Amino acid sequence: MDYGYPVLSSLVVFPLLAAAGLFIIRGETVVRGYTLAASIFEIILAIPLANYTFNADFQFVERISWVSRWGLEYHLAVDGISILMIWLTLFTLPLCVLCSWTYISKRIKEFHFCLLFMTAACVGVFTAMDLVLFYVFWEAMLIPMYLLIAVWGGDDRKYASIKFFLYTLAGSTLLLVAIVAFRIEGGTFSIPALMQQTFSFRFQFWCFLAMALAFAIKVPMFPFHTWLPAAHVQAPSAGSVILAAILLKMGTYGFLRFCLPLTPAASEYFAPMMIAISIASILYGGAVALGQSDIKKLIAYSSVGHMGFVTLGIFLFNQRGVEGALFQMLNHGIVTGGLFMMIGTVYERSHSRDIGKNLGLGKYMPAFMFFWGLYSLASFGFPGTNGFVGEALVFIGAFQHSLLVGFLIVPGALLAAAYMFRVGLKLAWGEPSSAKSWRDLRSREWIYLLIPAVLVFYIGLAPGVFLKMIDPSIEKLLADYHSRKQVAQVQTEQPMQTAARELMNGIVEAKN
Amino acid sequence: MNFSPTLVVPELFQFMLVMALFIQSLGNRDWEPHVEKWLPLFAGLGFFVSIVSFKASGVMFYGVYKLDMLSQFFKIAIAAGFFVAVLNATRQPTLAGEKRSDYYMFLALSAWGLMLLSSATELFTIYLALELSSYSLYTLIPLRATDKRAAEAGIKYILFGAVATALALYGLSYVLAAQHTTYIAELAGKSWAWADSPMAVIGLSLFLAGMFYKLALFPFHFWCPDVYQGASNETAAFVATLPKLGAVVVLVRLATLLKPGLEITTTLAWLGAISMTFGNFCALAQRDVKRILGFSSVAHAGYVMLGLVAGTAQGLAAAAFYSLAYVIMNLLAFWVVSRVASDGRNLMLDDLNGLYKRAPALAFSLGVGAFALVGLPPTVGFIGKFFLITAAWDHGYNWLVITLAVNSAFAIYYYLSLVRHAYTEETVLEGSAAPDTSVFSVVGAGLLAAVVLVLGLIPSPVFEFAIAAGEGLLK
Repeated sequence: MDYGYPVLSSLVVFPLLAAAGLFIIRGETVVRGYTLAASIFEIILAIPLANYTFNADFQFVERISWVSRWGLEYHLAVDGISILMIWLTLFTLPLCVLCSWTYISKRIKEFHFCLLFMTAACVGVFTAMDLVLFYVFWEAMLIPMYLLIAVWGGDDRKYASIKFFLYTLAGSTLLLVAIVAFRIEGGTFSIPALMQQTFSFRFQFWCFLAMALAFAIKVPMFPFHTWLPAAHVQAPSAGSVILAAILLKMGTYGFLRFCLPLTPAASEYFAPMMIAISIASILYGGAVALGQSDIKKLIAYSSVGHMGFVTLGIFLFNQRGVEGALFQMLNHGIVTGGLFMMIGTVYERSHSRDIGKNLGLGKYMPAFMFFWGLYSLASFGFPGTNGFVGEALVFIGAFQHSLLVGFLIVPGALLAAAYMFRVGLKLAWGEPSSAKSWRDLRSREWIYLLIPAVLVFYIGLAPGVFLKMIDPSIEKLLADYHSRKQVAQVQTEQPMQTAARELMNGIVEAKN
Repeated sequence: MNFSPTLVVPELFQFMLVMALFIQSLGNRDWEPHVEKWLPLFAGLGFFVSIVSFKASGVMFYGVYKLDMLSQFFKIAIAAGFFVAVLNATRQPTLAGEKRSDYYMFLALSAWGLMLLSSATELFTIYLALELSSYSLYTLIPLRATDKRAAEAGIKYILFGAVATALALYGLSYVLAAQHTTYIAELAGKSWAWADSPMAVIGLSLFLAGMFYKLALFPFHFWCPDVYQGASNETAAFVATLPKLGAVVVLVRLATLLKPGLEITTTLAWLGAISMTFGNFCALAQRDVKRILGFSSVAHAGYVMLGLVAGTAQGLAAAAFYSLAYVIMNLLAFWVVSRVASDGRNLMLDDLNGLYKRAPALAFSLGVGAFALVGLPPTVGFIGKFFLITAAWDHGYNWLVITLAVNSAFAIYYYLSLVRHAYTEETVLEGSAAPDTSVFSVVGAGLLAAVVLVLGLIPSPVFEFAIAAGEGLLK
């Protein structure tokens, strides 16, 4: 279909152009307004994506040769696995601009530059269909995120930003090696083309490990999660929102996009380990969150737990599990993003993220508490909210997989309820120390809290639309996975079977 | 002798520059030399001339001097590097006024030697060209007024250089004795396995030592951080970049002798691995920006080995491309260093504090340079590294590829500290150097940063050139 312009490229290029445009404008409010306008225009540019047809094909394909000698291509496309992530990215940007309106008061131009650059890189990650192009976007996004934490972060920002950078880069260097190995073995960098091929188990084994390390750090899965609380706590609100809503999703997206289709046999082989780590993440994240006195740290650890549900869903390899995982990716983005914006809102008033210093908001900031309650419910998966749908699907998948896995994650869901209730109760009904003088939500705050709230209910009450969008791709992913997993296994079993047959023949001959 | 002047226009042009500078340096000392007014223009013209003559091909002087894609590729790179180095050195606060013509003469002479080196296809010719480029540097390095470390750096460079030269010459005699020829084309047909001719292998290893010295590859790297530190910023910018190109071109030519799996190839791979790891670890502890860049160049020398041991045209092309990328990235980094230390001091990390406020364009360019040296996309550093590992994978040196990948992660910390000081450290220390924020400084940094980014996004044209050069060698 022709929309008059390359839709996906425009989503990548426009934020960059807008970012360049920042250099020529002046004035604080102008810069903020300009970025907000750009972020809304970015969504307008994405309108043709609404014509996405609900099938498993790659759509909106753009393909240009980049470095022909090495077979590199500028190849963008979307399917059911990436389209929701793109919408999530696009809608996060204006919210980030809005929630930083008064929060960020220094180096405003650079801040918005980073936001726009970040958006371009994120859209790139979710649309790239060439392994190297994917890697380019994947790494390019580190720079603005590093700056967001290092420049506009809290007191300990230097430590947190370096830790973030070192961890994520260390993980992804081996990803590059795996990418090159795929090219040598498969003859192309094109992801759809590589999906058609079957690699030897030995090859899959090493590539899976190299890729999984990069993705597990990004998700982050226990025990690679230690950069996350530090980064979240130190980052400004918008940074935390992007981190939670988009960056963490890149890890799970990587598992779905690369590990399952390209290394199915190794995924199968490592699945018990991945499931075990996911369960550990769920329980550990929940338990640690329960003990936090810093609200932001609490939500950061809750992310470890929530993302554990996502990775668990992926490695169950059944329809409900993967559906749930993809759903949770979207939900976690909306809900945790919302919670981080709320923490920013309250921090602007109390200048503290300590629960003890933000007690008794229920009486003086009812609107705030309403949203907090809503997001809390969604966060631990209360029926009617979006969190419920995702978590329920993962639960169904888990029980389908095995009773043991299902039972093991039940405490995770309970823990989530426990820590969200604990903090919610204190915020709402604690004895206020200074809350009286605080103003309830301003209109700008209403806007950026209301939009995710609407989505919480919309997805929670009518998940069908979204499921229809993602289902064909998931079905295809799993069908491919199951068939190709067996092919690879047959290939790996063949030498063994041949050896066994020869042995049997030898025995038969000896008997005769 | 089949000498054809039309084929060697870039070399002749460079030689004319040397002569012009020589005449100017002979002039009356009272006569104020305006060398900075005309030289940048002509150096830029030299770059243009080398581009125009990129198609030259032929053999001269009884086969010792060859013009092919490889030599022309490197000549363009050297001419470009010389142009930038001259521009960078036009504002040099630590150079005495009366020595300016001499300074540029030696700079041009060294670049000329490197140009000859890129066309030399016979070991003695290589040796002579190498010495020509080295001797000028021995003179250049101590030329830093009022700084005793410069003399120390000069002596170190000469002493280490003399040892490396002696080793190379000694190795040359062994190669000649064992293989009875010094022409690379003929040497390529001989066996370089230890079992067949141990003497030749020893000889070649020793000869390579001379190149490793220029490249600052472990264990011939000791001079590097000290010399960078001791020499003036502008001289270090030259020493850190162009001689590396000379070394790489010779190594690329000699790499046609190296097949994967040979003892000498494996030794090179090991030296590369040690070099990158050692360089990166040492750089972690440095505070002086030039020392950081010095150790980083030890690491980068190790990276280039990936392309050389691959034994394919792609490998050689990747090594050539990466060395070009390295030169551009380093010229950018040194440009910023020279401009920030506008009084010619040695820049400490703390001197970079708050650079984003004092000189935003320089800070941004430094960021681009640092991220390129790390190998982050979308810079030329990333695409260069990507070519290297793609070329080396599956040719028996996968472990070296993984070593490089892991090393990139180590390297992050010290490159990042450059960005960190420029962007996130707010407190500017008292007595910090005042950065030069003139149009000249900003435009130069901006252009170099643009080249780093554009070559990273559109590497094809240059890389095709490098590939053609690599294929020409292995034909």
